[in-house]
Amino acid sequence: MSLPVLDAPPAGTGAGAVPAGPELGTAGGVGRGSWRRPAVGLALAALAWLGLYVGIAPFARWLTQGLLGLDGHGHAGAAVQFFVFETPKVVLLLVGVVYVIGIIRTYFTPERTRAMLAGRRETVGNVLASVLGIVTPFCSCSAVPLFIGFVESGVPLGVTFSFLIAAPMINEVAVVLLFGLVGPAVTALYVGTGLTIAIVSGWVIGRLHLERHVESWVYSVKVGAAAPSVRLTFDDRMRAGAGAVREIVGKVWPYIVAGIAVGAWIHGYVPERALAGILGRGAWWAVPAAVAIGVPMYSNAAGIIPIVQALLGKGAALGSVLAFMMAVTALSFPEMVILRKVLRPPLLAAFVGIVAVGIILVGYLFNALL
Amino acid sequence: MKLEILGSGCKRCQQLAENTKSAVRALGLDAEVVKVEDMASIVGYGIMATPALVVDGQVRLSGRVATPEEIGRILRG
Repeated sequence: MSLPVLDAPPAGTGAGAVPAGPELGTAGGVGRGSWRRPAVGLALAALAWLGLYVGIAPFARWLTQGLLGLDGHGHAGAAVQFFVFETPKVVLLLVGVVYVIGIIRTYFTPERTRAMLAGRRETVGNVLASVLGIVTPFCSCSAVPLFIGFVESGVPLGVTFSFLIAAPMINEVAVVLLFGLVGPAVTALYVGTGLTIAIVSGWVIGRLHLERHVESWVYSVKVGAAAPSVRLTFDDRMRAGAGAVREIVGKVWPYIVAGIAVGAWIHGYVPERALAGILGRGAWWAVPAAVAIGVPMYSNAAGIIPIVQALLGKGAALGSVLAFMMAVTALSFPEMVILRKVLRPPLLAAFVGIVAVGIILVGYLFNALL
Repeated sequence: MKLEILGSGCKRCQQLAENTKSAVRALGLDAEVVKVEDMASIVGYGIMATPALVVDGQVRLSGRVATPEEIGRILRG
């Protein structure tokens, strides 16, 4: 997911969110009392958030059963209560997490990640790149300059791929939605196996020594030195967090509402175990089919996950569902088109193939285990 | 003043270009706003996250879209 990264703080940092008062110092420095107001503001916001969060379940029950008089166990009642409960819950979670991650990400620019990965041995590099892929801001439109920047600075090809696999797959929207709608266990599984796939796939690609399949113009391009990074005040970071919320939640909320609406309908009206036949554990072809459908898809996790949650509740096997989600987020047709500018077809095919196989294996593994 | 918007043509790059033009108009600056989509140039500036704003050859913003107000502050400061 893309995230804003602050470069230069605006001249005169005293303007904006920081109130007038004791001199707050210049961009690099922080005055003595300057962290108090934002810290108190953050604490109050966190409390308000918690209060709202805790209040959602009772509110949903009241609205559905009290105000509308529906039976919580009937079709309409179940669907409505699901919708009224899940929508604000997910939106609140998203706002909170995107804000916090937005702040964390101001500490991890692509330039810094590149510096940390340049010249690393593989294996260690693969692990580090995958983890950094989670916290470094990444937008697939920047895939090409990022790829070139990494490769030209001595980051091994396989390590670069570990980053490129982890970054879109383990994005905070997907993680938050999984956590809020499905539960911490599945979320941990998703993140854990996602990291493993990124590490191993990147390592395998590195071992295959496919450097000759990188487009040659990449190696002849002159890479400029990174712009000197500017010190950000905590205030700038908070503003970046707020900007991230506006940008991401602002873009994604219609899909969430639509997705939860569909999920609510499935929850209320589709019988339990209805999907056990087609998407259950017995259907061996479900996993490869899920991956085959998911790979070309370009989607926001936002719309799909609420549906995924409802499907899981109706008997779809966890492995098949996880595989589908990973296929959707890790790879997409538009991303392949973009990467084609720097990767020759054999390398591009190897990339897609290795990741797809990894995802299929994970799908089978979880169908077998759980 | 030469302003370059670096980006491969996605929506965010266009948004940054529009916001930059608004800022230039609002400040009444005599500035040339150019959209650069050529990868070699983008990488030549050391940019790894688009969109980016380059003012007279110096990178002043990278990886996000800024409001016309913030761009105005960058151009003035």
